[in-house]
Amino acid sequence: MAKQQIKFFQTGSFAVGGRLLDPEQRSVQSDARRSNTLTSGHRACQGCGEALGARYALDAAMRASGGRLIAANATGCLEVFSTPFPESSWQLPWIHSLFGNAPAVATGIAAALRAKGRDDVRVIGQGGDGGTVDIGMGCLSGMFERNDDVLYVCYDNEGYMNTGVQRSGATPPAARTATTQAVGEAPGNVFGQGKSAPLIAMAHEIPYVATATVADLRDLEAKVEYAMGLRGARYVHVLVTCPLGWGSASADTIKIARLACETGLFPVFEAEAGDVTAVTKIRRRLPVEAYLRPQKRFAHLFEPEERTDVIARIQARADRTIDRFGLLP
Amino acid sequence: MPRQLEGSVAVAETVAACRPDVICAYPISPQTHIVEGLSRIVKTGGLGSCEFLNVESEFGAMSACIGASATGARTYTATASQGLLFMAEALYNASGLGLPIVMTVANRAIGAPINIWNDHSDAMSQRDSGWIQLYAETNQEAADLHVQAFRLAEELSLPVMVCMDGFILTHAYERLEVPTAEQVAAYLPPFEPRQVLDPDEPMMIGAMVGPEAFTEVKYLMHAKQQMALAAIPQLADEFERDFGRRSGGLLRRYRCQDAHTVVLALGSVLGTIEDVIDDMRDEGVAIGAVGLKCFRPYPLDAVRTALAQAERVVVLEKAFAVGAGGIVGQNVRLALSGLRPRVHDVIAGLGGRPITKASLRRLFEQAVDDRLGRGMTFLDLDHDVVARELQRLEAR
Repeated sequence: MAKQQIKFFQTGSFAVGGRLLDPEQRSVQSDARRSNTLTSGHRACQGCGEALGARYALDAAMRASGGRLIAANATGCLEVFSTPFPESSWQLPWIHSLFGNAPAVATGIAAALRAKGRDDVRVIGQGGDGGTVDIGMGCLSGMFERNDDVLYVCYDNEGYMNTGVQRSGATPPAARTATTQAVGEAPGNVFGQGKSAPLIAMAHEIPYVATATVADLRDLEAKVEYAMGLRGARYVHVLVTCPLGWGSASADTIKIARLACETGLFPVFEAEAGDVTAVTKIRRRLPVEAYLRPQKRFAHLFEPEERTDVIARIQARADRTIDRFGLLP
Repeated sequence: MPRQLEGSVAVAETVAACRPDVICAYPISPQTHIVEGLSRIVKTGGLGSCEFLNVESEFGAMSACIGASATGARTYTATASQGLLFMAEALYNASGLGLPIVMTVANRAIGAPINIWNDHSDAMSQRDSGWIQLYAETNQEAADLHVQAFRLAEELSLPVMVCMDGFILTHAYERLEVPTAEQVAAYLPPFEPRQVLDPDEPMMIGAMVGPEAFTEVKYLMHAKQQMALAAIPQLADEFERDFGRRSGGLLRRYRCQDAHTVVLALGSVLGTIEDVIDDMRDEGVAIGAVGLKCFRPYPLDAVRTALAQAERVVVLEKAFAVGAGGIVGQNVRLALSGLRPRVHDVIAGLGGRPITKASLRRLFEQAVDDRLGRGMTFLDLDHDVVARELQRLEAR
């Protein structure tokens, strides 16, 4: 999918603006008729990347479906902060069942709609990385393999943040979590573990897989919109900064996510039917240290002494990702 | 017209007559023939736009049922044994959300040791999951209970489990009447969901409920199950009127008039029990039986009334609480608290061990002669084997 990246000189970010653009190129959020699908007043932390990502993803999906959308949500931060009984932040039909079954619940919804001949109504499943890449992987893989007509969005903050920042299958090496503490000879999460849910999704040869981050919300909107134009199983994996779990400043949520891309640690790409079709090139390549240093979860790599050996291993991972996806211009 | 059919086929055809919108299938013996039958009916166009989902696990099956039911679809699945345990988390979710899913449980033992044969360990392990549990005595009843189950589930907005003995019923050929689509249509109105995910009227299902309201939600679940105690006999009466045969209800008494000894059991073993009772009645022994058709909600008053006049009650059950005792037995004691009858727990038929007339005859004679112990009795237990193993354990 060829597309022109839009640069907003007045802000220095890729995220906001829009008055210089044609209406159809503008962000969903700059449209006065935006749905506010995840409306204000919820209890997410200050600077929560997941709340931001979910709002952009859902609003884009709502616009793409003409407001004909049902959401199935996994247990997790997004569910807890948005629906403390009797309140709700959701302005669409929404169901939460369990931690590990959101993809299967979405499958059931899609099946019911098909049985009733309501092909105007679309289905979205969503959850965090724990609910998606770990406990929900069986149901997710089943949904992919059957090519059920569901868009599943994973908001990846690289850990079990709702339960108090424990390691997940998406936690990066060396990161401190409550179950991979910064103690012992190899502090933080171990190397050589973890998995890439987008690559697993691609192995199912489903119609569409994409990654995105909250650093480029216009890109996230565009990918969700594109995904909604397709039928069958689709997967969008969004890197969302977690100030609480990552130990980053709440004002730095966008910046940290951008650093994840510009260091090459998080590849932003699209794939169709199992093949990569587009990658977002790195604009100004930075060493991984630029990404690691502002996050307290990596503080043990810099104090009491700098662990150049560990940082070099992380750099090697970034280099490999850059090579593998061709992220350099 | 009566036909000679396998139990699973009869259930599959009956479920099809109930016009489900979504069927979720995951294979596990001895439930497989049911979903195989349904898959054929769906694929040959017998159920119109019905969706047949081959899912990746029982957890996925119940989860897809949850999504489908919450979207207003009449939803069905079937499972057994380990599969029921694997969907346990989703079972509680379906009942907590008040989703009227109907599921067949082809009762089978739970491992280890792995065993595919019949007992009631699976369903009994989920007795407190908030699902209504109906137990079939025959294949005719198994088929009929599914029609009643959809009606009951949808009237009360609660999930219903129809339990039928694995292999003994599911794989047995019997002469029976499969309810026709026309008959069912007259008995079972179209599904009108209480709550439905629909963009025309957005609603939220599955909020996070804290200590301030959780008790009330659970109390209301209990109250709804209690309503089923009135609805189940009414639906059985109505079914009898429409279909011309009796199936379901809370319990069934068999030759209990003036019985000093009453045997209470669930499921297909009642047929054998009744044969033994016939023989003993012929010899002048005052013995009868009570077949419990509905275990959840627990029909406490009906059990109390049915057993109050007996001297002793033998509860014959195909599961038990390890380290504690009989499960149904404890529930029977609850119903009889303060009343005269002594209650004996007899555990029988575990992992498919045949429950023979001869064994039952010996057991009932012991009961009548007051030679049954107060604790649990294991029918046909090989005492030599267990004594030898216990000796070894003690020698360590």
